[in-house]
Amino acid sequence: MADTKIQKNHREPFLRVVKRDDMASWKAWLIRCATIVIAFFLTGLLSMAITQKGFADTYDIMFTGVFGRLFEGHTTMLWKYLQEIAILLALALALTPAFKMKFWNCGAEGQALMGGLASIVCMIELGDKLPYGALIAVIAVTSILAGAIWGVLPAIFKAVFNTNETLFTLMMNYIATQIIAYYVYIKGGGSNVINPVDAGNFPSVGSNDYFVNIVIVAVITVVMYIYLKYSKQGYEISVVGESQNTARYIGINVKKVIIRTMVISGALCGITGMLLVAGKDHSININSVGGQGFTAILMSWLGQFNPFIMVVMTAIVVFLRLGVAKVADTSLLNSSFSEIIVGIVILMLVGCEFFIRYSVKFRHNAKEGEV
Amino acid sequence: MEKQPAIELKNITKRFGKTVIANKNVNLTAYRGEILSILGENGSGKTTLMNMISGIYFPDEGQIFINGEEAVISSPKDAFDYKIGMIHQHFKLVDVFSAAENIVLGIDEGKYNLKNSIGEIKKISEQYGFDLDVEKKIYTMSVSEKQTVEIVKVLYRGADILILDEPTAVLTPQETEKLFSILRSMRDDGKCIIIITHKLHEVLSLSDRVSVLRKGEYVGTVNTAETNEAELTEMMVGKKVNLNIKREEPKNVEDRLIVDNITCVDRLGATILDKVSFTAKSGEILGIAGIAGSGQRELLESIAGLQHLSSGEILYLDAKTGKTENLRDKTPMQIRNMGVRLSFVPEDRLGMGLVGNMDIIDNMMLRSYSRGHSMFLKRRKPKDLAMKIIHDLDVVTPNAFTPVRRLSGGNVQKVLVGREIAASPTVLMVAYPVRGLDINSSYMIYNLLNEQKEKGVAIIFVGEDLDVLVELCDRIMVIGSGRVTGIVDGRTATKEEIGLLMTKSKQEGEDNG
Repeated sequence: MADTKIQKNHREPFLRVVKRDDMASWKAWLIRCATIVIAFFLTGLLSMAITQKGFADTYDIMFTGVFGRLFEGHTTMLWKYLQEIAILLALALALTPAFKMKFWNCGAEGQALMGGLASIVCMIELGDKLPYGALIAVIAVTSILAGAIWGVLPAIFKAVFNTNETLFTLMMNYIATQIIAYYVYIKGGGSNVINPVDAGNFPSVGSNDYFVNIVIVAVITVVMYIYLKYSKQGYEISVVGESQNTARYIGINVKKVIIRTMVISGALCGITGMLLVAGKDHSININSVGGQGFTAILMSWLGQFNPFIMVVMTAIVVFLRLGVAKVADTSLLNSSFSEIIVGIVILMLVGCEFFIRYSVKFRHNAKEGEV
Repeated sequence: MEKQPAIELKNITKRFGKTVIANKNVNLTAYRGEILSILGENGSGKTTLMNMISGIYFPDEGQIFINGEEAVISSPKDAFDYKIGMIHQHFKLVDVFSAAENIVLGIDEGKYNLKNSIGEIKKISEQYGFDLDVEKKIYTMSVSEKQTVEIVKVLYRGADILILDEPTAVLTPQETEKLFSILRSMRDDGKCIIIITHKLHEVLSLSDRVSVLRKGEYVGTVNTAETNEAELTEMMVGKKVNLNIKREEPKNVEDRLIVDNITCVDRLGATILDKVSFTAKSGEILGIAGIAGSGQRELLESIAGLQHLSSGEILYLDAKTGKTENLRDKTPMQIRNMGVRLSFVPEDRLGMGLVGNMDIIDNMMLRSYSRGHSMFLKRRKPKDLAMKIIHDLDVVTPNAFTPVRRLSGGNVQKVLVGREIAASPTVLMVAYPVRGLDINSSYMIYNLLNEQKEKGVAIIFVGEDLDVLVELCDRIMVIGSGRVTGIVDGRTATKEEIGLLMTKSKQEGEDNG
């Protein structure tokens, strides 16, 4: 009996991929956490290999790169860290309702830039004409409108002509970038730089410039969680995303939901643009969003469309980006190194989902055959 | 003459994950020159077993012998090399290619020579009596013609072990009889034919032997000549089952829904429904029979407000107010707001009736979530309803928070039918409500429909199994190519009569053209 089994097993395929049952959620989270830990170590090892620094040194530089001299009472870097999280998180949150509806909005970059453009235009043109409060209000309204328009255009074409939203939103990014380039060219007098504008900046709280940004994003996080989970509109988004046929069957107006959701998604991107311009840079250039609109796509997915998990995911990714950038900085490497590392880590996080859904089986070895 | 085993399975086990055992220690043998039926309810592991023979899955344990020698089949190509051909339930053909092009597709013979191939294909067709036009494009073919292409395809590739997965599910009685005679002639030619099915009378009329599977386990093999329906059912279900469907006389019959001369044209301009008229009456089950894709789906969707009609009226007679409402060109939401209690169990349960990734409670809300002015959802009532349905209809589920896609087919259907009935409808439309269900769940659905009939609901039942239609329905309307070809009395009609009506309009169309 054992003989025949061994003989047979040698001809079994060497590797097989087998679909798992739905894994218990604590187990899945254990795998994800383990991946994050491994990713942290890998980050350190790669940095050490390239910079020739010691183990402790590398992590020390990473932590000071993110938190600064926090334990000595200096909180500036911590606030900066939170601010970076806030921007990436805001973009991820903006994309989430669209993604839940299976509308692949790849245009966060452009939608945020347009929001930012609206802010800077108001700051420059109306800065000395309106009282502070009115100026901020106008900035907010125009930024939201600009983002929403950039988001709703592809949605209308999708709803009416069934165009491909991925391509459409991507193309809108290029248009936005060129509009910004043109505006900067005019206002910068050919220097490609707009000097920081003083009017219409968000107020500092204490000595903290970023407090307002962080609070706004925190509020959006909670509201988005409630909107998706407990509101009727959130429910409609889920139904349309899961099955347009079911949506039609129960009488949901699918076109209306697509357009409404993209107005929300675009508007939130517009708000993020405003946070970047009025709350942080006080200026604008074509790299103001800096590719975060694309990183946000991954953040939304890795967070499984749950705003609170997205907070954790963005915190990790921003930590690595800032930390490794500091390591690179001290070793005369440039920022590409940090981008490479963040890319690897995100790839690992995405890759671990494969092992949550599937298990890989090797050919039974002879030992097992005898049992 | 001693029979030669073509294929033997020994101790085959296949698991999906840790908990699902699709096949457990299955042993069976199929000989050359015989037709073997694999009989089992849905979910009993028939298709998994055959997928292992045709190289789609690899068994976890056990051995497969072909012609007496152990075989390792780890890909469909390996299966071809062992001369095994599988005809799937869902055809895998290229629509814009002709029959001949599909048949030679993917064969590597150095030179592609369609002319020679057509000669060979014609030879095969004559040998077994296929009726095949090799130049005809797939998209212009009927289901039965497509099936012929699939069978000729595997024969052309030299298969001498043929596996057919539920081949008669989509055929009319006449087409089925023709297929059977072809299968018999292939058997007489020494081929080994395995057919997977759950229809008992087909097993009895076609096969030489029957192997029965129950919940993944091999129950036994019997000679067809020595068995009967009752014994096979008992083997299949594990206990004695009463196979009679009760049918009470309709009470308080009055017109409820009048469909008057409706015509429906699809996006490409083809006529899907052609001047369809009928009346659905309260307290009665109206069956709708027809070849798959004859307009059944569009008919129900038209009534439910999901299809745009180019002409005709759909009138609803409200028993309470005595008013007549026109449902034409109303959206599902408008129909509901008019107070028309219309329930609809669509054919595509997880793709239309329910949302697979949502839990039972959220699926209960689909119909009612928009009620009230609040921005937020109220989950209390849907939760109560979910608990009630789980309890009343014996839905097997860990709890009410389980996504419905994880439930078995029968339980999914109980959730859907339960929700639609809970809306206390006056018109209830069901499309293929027992497709994929085991015998016990099927009878539960029949009983639920009968209960509704007794309550005075007008029921429209689209079915595919003519045996069930003639046992359950009070009247049966037959449609062919979008036209009503006849309405017969369920108590006196025969299957053959309905089968002829199913193909009637098609023949007329061909005569005219």
